[in-house]
Amino acid sequence: MAAISLDRLSKRYGGNPVLDAVSLDIQDGEFLTLLGPSGCGKSTLLRVIAGLESQDSGGVAIGGVAVDGLRPKQRDVAMVFQSYALYPHMTVAANMALPLKMRRLTLLQRLPIVCRLLARTRATLRQIEEDVRRTAAALEIEHVLDRKPGQLSGGQRQRVAVGRAMVRRPSVFLMDEPLSNLDAKLRVTMRAEIKELHRRLGVTFVYVTHDQAEAMTLSDRVAVMLDGKLRQVGRPLEIYADPAERRVAEFIGSPKITMIEARVGEGGQVHVGSRLLPIETAQPPGSLIVLGIRPEAFTLVAPGAEGELLAGRVRLVEHLGSDLYIHLEGAGQAEPVIARLDAAQAPHIGIGEQIHLAVHAERMLLFASDGRRIRAATDRRPVAVVSGLRAAARAEYAR
Amino acid sequence: MSRADHRLSWPVAMARHALLLAGSGLMLLPFVWMISLSLKPPEEIFRSSFSLLPQHWYVIENYAKALTAAALPRYMANGVLVCASILALQILICAPCAYALAKLEFAGRDLLFRLVLVGLLIPHQVLAVPLFILGYRVGLLNSYAALIFPFVVSPFGIFLFRQFFRSIPDEIVHAARLDGLSELAIVWRIMLPMAMPTIVAFSILSVVAHWNDLFWPLIAVKSPKLMPPALGVVIFRGGEASTEYGPLMAGAVLVILPLVLAFIVVQRWFIEGLTSTSLK
Repeated sequence: MAAISLDRLSKRYGGNPVLDAVSLDIQDGEFLTLLGPSGCGKSTLLRVIAGLESQDSGGVAIGGVAVDGLRPKQRDVAMVFQSYALYPHMTVAANMALPLKMRRLTLLQRLPIVCRLLARTRATLRQIEEDVRRTAAALEIEHVLDRKPGQLSGGQRQRVAVGRAMVRRPSVFLMDEPLSNLDAKLRVTMRAEIKELHRRLGVTFVYVTHDQAEAMTLSDRVAVMLDGKLRQVGRPLEIYADPAERRVAEFIGSPKITMIEARVGEGGQVHVGSRLLPIETAQPPGSLIVLGIRPEAFTLVAPGAEGELLAGRVRLVEHLGSDLYIHLEGAGQAEPVIARLDAAQAPHIGIGEQIHLAVHAERMLLFASDGRRIRAATDRRPVAVVSGLRAAARAEYAR
Repeated sequence: MSRADHRLSWPVAMARHALLLAGSGLMLLPFVWMISLSLKPPEEIFRSSFSLLPQHWYVIENYAKALTAAALPRYMANGVLVCASILALQILICAPCAYALAKLEFAGRDLLFRLVLVGLLIPHQVLAVPLFILGYRVGLLNSYAALIFPFVVSPFGIFLFRQFFRSIPDEIVHAARLDGLSELAIVWRIMLPMAMPTIVAFSILSVVAHWNDLFWPLIAVKSPKLMPPALGVVIFRGGEASTEYGPLMAGAVLVILPLVLAFIVVQRWFIEGLTSTSLK
């Protein structure tokens, strides 16, 4: 069994913190994704778990055993790399057999001539060959076993890399952006295959990516990393619908969340410009806060309707079949506001038109000026709303 | 190089090729002359008129004399033994050093690499006297070991391998570590096989240098039984064939022949090994 426990891991490169007191418990058999922009330390964290890099302080335990002093090969982890890291001079079969040979044969048995002479070595080699063949069959790469990596397509290389990790049945799988070198279509296919692989093997997966769609579709839980710190860990939809801070809200979600400056008035009322919002907060009167609104939280309303939040001129309309993305400018915002509307409800919107948008109180996210999330006093978030959000988010990431 | 090279106007292209041909002609002339002399009888060699081909072919006589008058086959066997030993030991020592300098992190690594670069700048002749005295003290002079050991640590080899190893992505090394390979196993099983073009290039440079080396063998060995080819030719000239240029040139041709043949076989990898900077 291999739960992973990270305890206050820190690491610096030349004075810059890459990992900053990262603590995280990953359950046995869980699919956990480390999500963050490039340079946020997520790959470093993965390499520290694998033992390829050492931390400055803090500890890693795998399966309840501290592994800080152990070399990578003693940690029972396998890793799939972004570049696949296949050995170019070996055939696919040799690539996949190497980890087994290094584990099951002694140094003497690995010598080129000796290995043919001993009956027991021959039996072990046959067993290795059989294991490689079975893994290759599971990944449908049996027909390329005799080729070299240079003769394979990107998707096949990817499978070989997975196969090489899989063949020795590790209790932890580490994946470092394994899909980023594939084209868009193949990426979606391989994504489904990785999900299926996790289901079949039932072992712990730690998956590093900067791609939200991968994180959202694959993971049991997502850990968002920014600047070497874990900002939020939770189920994919929690992270989307209930971000813990402004930067997480801005990083997750495409198109980006709209951020509107607001001001706290008497009695915790929230004002945007001259409009009063239907929510209250415990922030001190006079403080500046930020209101975050997901694109799909906007609804189209008539001019002057109750609950109208902003109005602006349509600058761009993106038709996506079932939905429209409307880019609004002049809504009192520096950046264009992006709203996602149901195509059936808003069929006639044209560029240059003035439209009016409202947002339900439940779907307003408040952030303090330092980026912390503020739970609005009236935000009691009924279950029905959350499930509605889930449907919206699913539609978002199904693309 | 750049694509513009292919669009040169034809006069420029002609001029360029003429220049290159003249250059290579100049390079080849001594070799052609050597071969020509090795085919001629003595009286034709000193004739004032000029011809490349002999009037009377004297091939068998010259080459037979070259092979029998001095122990040329013995010298060449010595050359094979010495060059092969030097090369094998050089790779055995340079590859792990280069791997450590390219892929491992330890205090003083950059300083050590700078020392290697300094080592590149020191000509071997500078070390001859200290090495001679050292060889004398440990009693290795006048032996195969005296011909081999001074060359087994090659700064050039370390430099060349280090540059190639650096171009191999770290992820390959990481994958190998996770697959259970020790650091030395990574060198022998992963890095060196990937560095094949570099090995070929280095091998040629190393073998050519030591096959043709005259300076150090002249100092290190006295016994004719231990002499490598170049020294053998010199001894041959000083003794039996002092005025017989035909057999001498035949001997010289025989000495460089293995090198030329070997180069023709591996030249493709040689060029690749010296010009490739990365895997992709």
